[in-house]
Amino acid sequence: MTTYDARFRIWRGDADGGELRDFTVEVHDGEVVLDIVHRLQATQAADLAVRWNCKAGKCGSCSAEINGRPRLMCMTRMSTFSREETITVTPLRAFPVVRDLVTDVSFNYAKAREVPAFVPPQGLAPGEYRMQQVDVDRSQEFRKCIECFLCQDTCHVVRDHEENKAAFAGPRFLMRVAELDMHPLDAAEAEGLDRKRTAQEDHGLGYCNITKCCTEVCPEGIKITDNALIPLKERAVDRKYDPLVWLGSKISRRRD
Amino acid sequence: MAQVDRQHWDVVVVGAGGAGLRAAIEARERGARTAVICKSLFGKAHTVMAEGGIAASMGNVNEGDNWQVHFRDTMRGGKFLNQWRMAELHAKEAPDRVWELETWGALFDRTPDGRISQRNFGGHEYPRLAHVGDRTGLELIRTLQQKIVQLQQQDFKEFGDYEARLKVFQECTVTRVLKDGEKVSGTFCYERESGRFFVLEAPAVVLATGGIGKSFKTTSNSWEYTGDGHALALLAGAPLLNMEFVQFHPTGMVWPPSVKGILVTESVRGDGGVLRNSDGKRFMFDYVPDVFKEKYAETEAEADRWYDDPDHNRRPPELLPRDEVARAINAEVKAGRGSPHGGVFLDVSTRMPAEKIKRRLPSMYHQFKELADVDITAEPMEVGPTCHYVMGGVAVDSDTAATVGVPGLYAAGEVAGGMHGSNRLGGNSLSDLLVFGRRAGLHAAEHAARATVRPAVDDGQIDAAAAEALAPFHAEDGAENPYTLHQELQQTMNDLVGIIRREGEMQQALGKLRALRVRAARAGVEGHRQFNPGWHLALDLRNMLLVSECVAKAALERTESRGGHTREDCPAMERDWRPVNLVCHPVDPAPADPAADRIRLVRQRTEPIRPDLLALFEKEELVKYLAEEELYE
Repeated sequence: MTTYDARFRIWRGDADGGELRDFTVEVHDGEVVLDIVHRLQATQAADLAVRWNCKAGKCGSCSAEINGRPRLMCMTRMSTFSREETITVTPLRAFPVVRDLVTDVSFNYAKAREVPAFVPPQGLAPGEYRMQQVDVDRSQEFRKCIECFLCQDTCHVVRDHEENKAAFAGPRFLMRVAELDMHPLDAAEAEGLDRKRTAQEDHGLGYCNITKCCTEVCPEGIKITDNALIPLKERAVDRKYDPLVWLGSKISRRRD
Repeated sequence: MAQVDRQHWDVVVVGAGGAGLRAAIEARERGARTAVICKSLFGKAHTVMAEGGIAASMGNVNEGDNWQVHFRDTMRGGKFLNQWRMAELHAKEAPDRVWELETWGALFDRTPDGRISQRNFGGHEYPRLAHVGDRTGLELIRTLQQKIVQLQQQDFKEFGDYEARLKVFQECTVTRVLKDGEKVSGTFCYERESGRFFVLEAPAVVLATGGIGKSFKTTSNSWEYTGDGHALALLAGAPLLNMEFVQFHPTGMVWPPSVKGILVTESVRGDGGVLRNSDGKRFMFDYVPDVFKEKYAETEAEADRWYDDPDHNRRPPELLPRDEVARAINAEVKAGRGSPHGGVFLDVSTRMPAEKIKRRLPSMYHQFKELADVDITAEPMEVGPTCHYVMGGVAVDSDTAATVGVPGLYAAGEVAGGMHGSNRLGGNSLSDLLVFGRRAGLHAAEHAARATVRPAVDDGQIDAAAAEALAPFHAEDGAENPYTLHQELQQTMNDLVGIIRREGEMQQALGKLRALRVRAARAGVEGHRQFNPGWHLALDLRNMLLVSECVAKAALERTESRGGHTREDCPAMERDWRPVNLVCHPVDPAPADPAADRIRLVRQRTEPIRPDLLALFEKEELVKYLAEEELYE
């Protein structure tokens, strides 16, 4: 096993302010950034605040910005950096800091509540649902989302525009609208709920100008823009003119 | 007196994994104002890591399946120590619990005729696991989370308040269950973000806190699994059952060191993956125990035919219950036939084309590619046993999930004991969460509705709980580092009470646990109360030490090998031990000396298995399991 000392620069502080602090810390073969943060806790900074859970890329808790890029700490291997490099870890920029690497992500939970839930079809008892695999594939892709909120963090509609937060649900929750809209048995329409229209009017779909930043940072590799947001815009187009849909259909290369 | 915020609820659910959320949904739908309190963010619970599926005998893939077959498989998997009434209810109700999820928006993988697809798994006679690729736990947690949001949306419409009747207190920890005499009166909690204390007053509390894996070094469990509910129950006076049974999942990652223990789903074997040693031999054929001889293939050719023609061939031995496979891997490595990093080889690359592997096992593909530079579509994985699940847990009434001796206290999911006997089958955990989560929520709500006079919360108990929680900030000189204590505890349990156990080592472990208890009383932390992980760990240590004492004591007492309890010095399963439960009671009153034992062990005879359930088995099979006197009854 090989071991070396890495240089880390980690943001420490709280809502009142803080600063980057330098650390030198041991690294072993095969480790990820979260291992190093844990070693710091155990040896140099017992009260260093970090959120984490599964350490296997499945729960989406340990989101942070590593050298400025939104990533999961548990899925960022140390071998992707040179040994000379100083690695900077900062909290998610789009959300208010609670302490150190922990941010207040309640924005996302508030947005989740604004999306009307799945509407079960009338007249089908539990156990009577029939759906073809090909018809559930697309919504299943969106349900792979681990709610790490990296897409919400990187989306420039809100990243540096606090004022847009009230009107914009963000990629994760627009994708949730798309997921329900594409669910083969969702009966929203029968109940008078037009999900396409609400995407536009209630969740701020029009703010999205399909720069695909969300897709780039998604640790699950979900094609958020191509498979969720653009189709949602196209479906919404009957209801409302959106010049970006026209643009999107010209510039995106997507499989149907 | 400590000034703490106090709120009134009907039911408090501790834990927001599958069992906790299902309990909360049920309690709320039965009219109880329900609070859920959880250590992580809402939707991040350990349930998201469940991969393979939910076992339910819907019979969508093989019509031969029904609750009786599922019941039989569960009892065999648990080596007949299961609380049989739980196994019966579980097998009967699991299909309804799965179908219900579809009405809440879950999207399972489908059969060609559009029904829920079901996959093969170890110990299950038929394809039985409803699944979504290898991320079934995520689908389960997200569906329950979204159902809770839907109920909150209803309340918003009705009362203008999302949290009028159902509220999730996320990133909060419960350190004590409070009591009024015998009865539950609420919980003492702290908010992780601020360190602020608060009390939830309620006549009914459901423990749904999951397991204990963080007491072991190599584990598939997340940081949350510190045995909180087990300890809360004991501290409130409720006993634990059969804590010696700890499941080591046969296939965890073994390399690189930082991912050691992370789970490799059993679906790899369910979908045709085979285990080989360093000689290239499929060694599982050498490890089929007598009780399973008739049900498993004897040759590779027969095992390979089973995937296409299960009606005329027997199953491959890679699909034996987990305890058998874990022991076999352990034995191969010990015999010097292991892989370079101390595991064995698990290979699915020769069974299926690359594209199919990526579709059926996407997160395994991703996990190995990203974390170990291994392409599982082209090369074998290296795997070895990892601490995964505790079968032991809070003793409960089978029908109501009520604990013993503490009215108003319920337990469901992994924290509850009995359901799985000495070994749990894969897929039976997610179904357990749903079946008994619902039952716990139902009975807790009914209990709360009956409590016309609310139990009173005692100020003295609040003060004591606050003082206990603040102790790590007042450690004297020579304070112990909680991280160091935790590492030593994990090493102790791993080395001395691990997958293979010996009397001398377990006695040594009890000595070490005693010394750790003394040192943990001096655990100290720096900084302040705001989101301070060192402090949180110092508080969790109490629970891990208590639970570890239970595991070590019970393991030392049970002088046989059964399921998730393997004694090198007592290698046989003894029929005389079949009707014996080992129950851990708290020492009453709790001793002031930290070195003193916290629990005492009591042997208890199991309730005789109901005759119509026994009649589901052949006599020849029962003779292998039941004690002599049980056969005459």
